[in-house]
Amino acid sequence: MRVLDRFGRATIGFFEYAGGLTLLSVESLGFMARLRVRVAETLSQCALLGVHSVVIVMLTSLFTGMVISLESAQQAVAYGFANIVGGAVAYTVTRELGPMLTAVVVAGRVGSAIAAELGSMVVTEQIEALRSMGLEPARFLVVPRFAGLLLMLPLLTVFADVISIVGGMWVAQAYAHIPYDQYIASVRQSIDFTDVIKGLLKSFVFAAIIAMVGAYQGLSTRGGAAGVGRATTGAVVLAIILIFISNFVLSFLLFS
Amino acid sequence: MQTSEVSKPIARIDDVALSFGDRVVLKNCNLDIVEGAITCIIGLTGAGKSTILRLLDGLLLPDSGHVYVRGQDICHMSEEQLNVVRKKISLSFQFSALLDSLTVGENVALPLREHTRLSEAEIRRAVADALESVGLTSAYDNLPAELSGGMLKRAGFARAIVTGPELVLYDEPTTGLDPIVTNLITDTILRLREKLKGTAVVISHDLPSIFAMADYVAMLFEGAIIAYDTAERIRQSTNPIVVQFLEGAEVGPIPI
Repeated sequence: MRVLDRFGRATIGFFEYAGGLTLLSVESLGFMARLRVRVAETLSQCALLGVHSVVIVMLTSLFTGMVISLESAQQAVAYGFANIVGGAVAYTVTRELGPMLTAVVVAGRVGSAIAAELGSMVVTEQIEALRSMGLEPARFLVVPRFAGLLLMLPLLTVFADVISIVGGMWVAQAYAHIPYDQYIASVRQSIDFTDVIKGLLKSFVFAAIIAMVGAYQGLSTRGGAAGVGRATTGAVVLAIILIFISNFVLSFLLFS
Repeated sequence: MQTSEVSKPIARIDDVALSFGDRVVLKNCNLDIVEGAITCIIGLTGAGKSTILRLLDGLLLPDSGHVYVRGQDICHMSEEQLNVVRKKISLSFQFSALLDSLTVGENVALPLREHTRLSEAEIRRAVADALESVGLTSAYDNLPAELSGGMLKRAGFARAIVTGPELVLYDEPTTGLDPIVTNLITDTILRLREKLKGTAVVISHDLPSIFAMADYVAMLFEGAIIAYDTAERIRQSTNPIVVQFLEGAEVGPIPI
């Protein structure tokens, strides 16, 4: 009976969470569709969530491109396929690693920040104060973060793609003596504009996941400072899991 | 509920019951808020006094019963309809609940910016006027974190009154303050009532402060209003629960 009880509670909890997350997403999208967006706050969030993530995204994408190039260049040169190294890096990065790694990094930095900020506002009654003033927390707080991430994550992804490819090019030349023009020619042969667009499509989905999971976790915070900690950790863990799952689904739909 | 000289109510709690999980907070709770008067609600810590304020503001919904504001049952309203009602009501929170990312001036200006079409100059004048009413003119550009407890409470008052609400709800305005600031807060509430010509509901444990400002006093005990009368009659009440509470006696019908 205890097992059944736990299973029942977990099932109810899952559907409550999924329902709440869906309602918050629909409410936020509704405000955006009606153009009820606080523009100044959205721009401020673009800076906070996006611009301030540039360095960490640059570092992770640079070393990701470099390590792919390092591994593939060694093998490619050994088997006489040095002309495919640029393509291997670009193909992997634009379709998979660029959008996903950028999203994971941003989830860690931004998803946690959103959950912590909104969670703190819950425990200090600031969210209740907004409602009491007749202001919708979804419009006032969630939409600027959601819109900010929808704008910034694709830009960060393009940036990450470019940095990864450039980092790979440098390693290919320095380590395997593959000339820059050969590397670039390989890149141009292997990917086209559609690959980049499909990668960006993924990043829109990932942005929605990071923003909405962070916001929902924050707004559902219960239990003071410890609750804020739980909400923050939960936001990062859940967002990363959902990013991996949705990446598989999107890759299947877009590239298979 | 014992009532006397009940004038026209601006708000009414009618046979309300509310539980949080297994904990019954309110049961058969009835209370009229008389227009133009200051009604103080007294009761033990955790008795559900703040819950009554949240019911009046539509932040909580009862499990059963009705809450009327200006004759309208707000329990069955949509959030949008509630937001219209909330424009007539202001809730001043126990810990002020100012948005910590905004200055005091921006906090006070927030309801005006969101709900009115006033020009920036008019908003600035209204905010300065509200801050002057609570003696906080110099705090316009301070962040909430830079204010003392008493100043925070008064900044919360300024935000609550800036739109000229018909009903102001004060949640424990004097809790945790020294006697001098407590007197200052009490005087401020009385002055604001005179200025707004409105109605106020105050929750407090501070008996001198209550009897200095209350027109009516309601005592909440075990989820229901067990005594409601003019402040003078409550002071002279023979109800053993009221007597024990007012005398602070450890022995009596109130279980400790």
